[in-house]
Amino acid sequence: MAVPKRKMSRSNTRARRSQWKATPATLSTCSKCKAPRLSHQACPSCGAYGERTYAEAIRSDA
Amino acid sequence: MPTPTKGPRLGGGPAHERLILANLATALFEHRRITTTEAKAKRLRPLAERMVTFAKRGDLAARRRVMTVLKDKGVIHVLFTEIAPLVADRQGGYTRITKIGPRKGDNAPMAVIELVLEPLSPKQSTVAEATAATKRASKADKPAAAPVEDAPVEEAPVEEAPASATDEATTEPAEEKAVEADSK
Ligand SMILES: [Zn+2]
Repeated sequence: MAVPKRKMSRSNTRARRSQWKATPATLSTCSKCKAPRLSHQACPSCGAYGERTYAEAIRSDA
Repeated sequence: MPTPTKGPRLGGGPAHERLILANLATALFEHRRITTTEAKAKRLRPLAERMVTFAKRGDLAARRRVMTVLKDKGVIHVLFTEIAPLVADRQGGYTRITKIGPRKGDNAPMAVIELVLEPLSPKQSTVAEATAATKRASKADKPAAAPVEDAPVEEAPVEEAPASATDEATTEPAEEKAVEADSK
């Protein structure tokens, strides 16, 4: 089994982890309530998806 | 040969997966609309639509085929007597999956899967009418097409007239433009 030969320095660890970046979600605007929402998903604030409405999609905790 | 499902099975084994899917299908036909994870909804869709196809066939053999999957006879009765007539005009696409964002506890992507029970929209029926009309037009040379012609017209004779009118309206300017382009 391959094992590391040397302890990895804190500096190297942190340099590697500095590349862990989150990307912003690409949001679109709900056509009914103008709130931001993800594409291809029912709106979390009003539940609208196209002309249909899904009460299950509504999130009070945002 | 059916394409094997990608990815891991639901549950702990093949029997568990069959049970999960059968229970989901039972719940779907009982409640018409269920909330589940996206993966389960996507797996359920082909099974549920096959059950609806059997229900539309409606004979005893089809009922026995459905009973190999669904174990609740009450739900099977509802499927054959109430759901099947509602989707009689529909040529597949009996279920609809809508994504509704991740679940709170484990962030699993959730979806609503529901039976599409509303009647075909006027747009779809006009499209069907238009395709039928083009078929009829292509068959118009043959004299045998005459008896076939009467059957689909019962849908909406009113819709046909505007549809054909708009068709002409859209085609004529295009032709005019083409003529203008030629002249230029
Ligand atoms: Zn909205």
